[in-house]
Amino acid sequence: MATYSTNDFKAGLKVMIDGSPGAVVENEFVKPGKGQAFNRVKIRNLKTGRIIERTFKSGDTLEAADVVDVEMQFLYNDGEFFHFMNPASFEQFGADKTAVGDTAKWLKEQDLCTITLWNGVPLSVEPPHTVTLKIVETDPGVRGDTSGGGGKPATLETGAVVRVPLFIQNGEMIKCNTRTGEYISRA
Amino acid sequence: MTPDTAGDWQPVAKLDVLRLRARLLERIRAFFTARAVLEVETPVFSSAAATDPALLSFTTHYSGPLFPRGHNFFCHTSPEFPMKRLLAAGSGSIYQICKVFRNGESGRLHNPEFTLLEWYRVGFDHRQLMDEAITLVTEILAGHRMLASPEKLTYREAFERYCGIDPHAADYQTLADAVLRHAIQIDLDTQHQNPDVLRDLLLTHVIEARLGCGQITALYDYPVSQAALARISTGNPPVAERFELYLDGIELANGFHELTDAAEQQRRFEHDQARRKATGLPVVPADERLLSALRAGLPESAGVALGFDRLVMLAVGAKNLREVMAFPADCA
Repeated sequence: MATYSTNDFKAGLKVMIDGSPGAVVENEFVKPGKGQAFNRVKIRNLKTGRIIERTFKSGDTLEAADVVDVEMQFLYNDGEFFHFMNPASFEQFGADKTAVGDTAKWLKEQDLCTITLWNGVPLSVEPPHTVTLKIVETDPGVRGDTSGGGGKPATLETGAVVRVPLFIQNGEMIKCNTRTGEYISRA
Repeated sequence: MTPDTAGDWQPVAKLDVLRLRARLLERIRAFFTARAVLEVETPVFSSAAATDPALLSFTTHYSGPLFPRGHNFFCHTSPEFPMKRLLAAGSGSIYQICKVFRNGESGRLHNPEFTLLEWYRVGFDHRQLMDEAITLVTEILAGHRMLASPEKLTYREAFERYCGIDPHAADYQTLADAVLRHAIQIDLDTQHQNPDVLRDLLLTHVIEARLGCGQITALYDYPVSQAALARISTGNPPVAERFELYLDGIELANGFHELTDAAEQQRRFEHDQARRKATGLPVVPADERLLSALRAGLPESAGVALGFDRLVMLAVGAKNLREVMAFPADCA
């Protein structure tokens, strides 16, 4: 496997750290005028999402991590795995619950997601930035109330619960921001 | 900063900052004129290189008259050696403002070429020069930075205060424990147990951020293993008569009570070369003319090098060297 030296480290570079794949977040070169040069590096563990800080002597190396981000279409969930397909190659991948995590509540068939593959196995799944989903359960709408003040919870077809304005009715399609988990508009 | 494109011709530093650079250079020259210190120029290209294993020289090749079969030159990492040859020739106190070149150094506080102010005071020791360097920084920054009265700490006091250890007495294990205690995450090389690597780790990761907070902090009397070109005192424990200035946690200057003993200088060159070999670095030609000058007699003196770009950074409150350089290395 290829290795990278501290000189290669820049934001986004994928490296192996403590046996896990990681992405470099930040790399600071520090050197006393008359002494040893170091690199203070922040790396995000791509399995846990946690950021770790590590110092290297300048010139030290880390093994490269075989990590790629691929756009894939969500096909279906068989209860154990979430199945995705690369629309370019038609290759299919099964992501387990650990890889999908909290993203599961936004996943709707046909939607394009970003799948991070490590050694060809899905490591994490990122939903589209905005999704259009159907409301399956919410309190009856209040006719004429367009103020949007307050709002009420609504359960979506994929399981996510978002706050929506009072005038929104059961069965309506709405747009949501998956990063903030907020209602955007009627679809 | 956007990556390289044909369109990135404009300077990175704002023009106001470049105007300030010019004014600060004028102030520096006035400072030395008032003290009757002579401005000098020495060559950028030299047949000899700095042997210090922490410094990597750029090399360049000349061919033409003088060297018809070609000749390799090293770009200076500091003008120290030729300036000492001038001192030995009787120049008296001298200063120089020049570009210097260090391979492998780039980051928030580093650019492979940068501007150094270096000066030598005949008859001074490192404590006297430390005071003059503090005065210079204070005067140059006047009107740009309000500074509290300076703080002077020995290297030992700084380590005792911020790391709880005596850096001279501590062995490798004690230093390694301190590294661990301060949660510095590094895989330590158990093969080459170099205590100076650990001292540098503690200095850069724990201590530096606490130096020069609203005031200049002068750190002085270094471990003998970090003497570089400084004299060793005869005290107990002996220390290297060396100092550094810090402001806002940034190392600004490094000075020595200069070594004048040619035999000792030769031993340090040889020691540097041995360390270069051991760590796989190229062995470079040592400066024989410096040794000849020392044998002829270098006057008692102290010298200091100050990073001018960093001084400008501190004047304008910049966080990155790029903000004060017209064209940093990636758009030069």
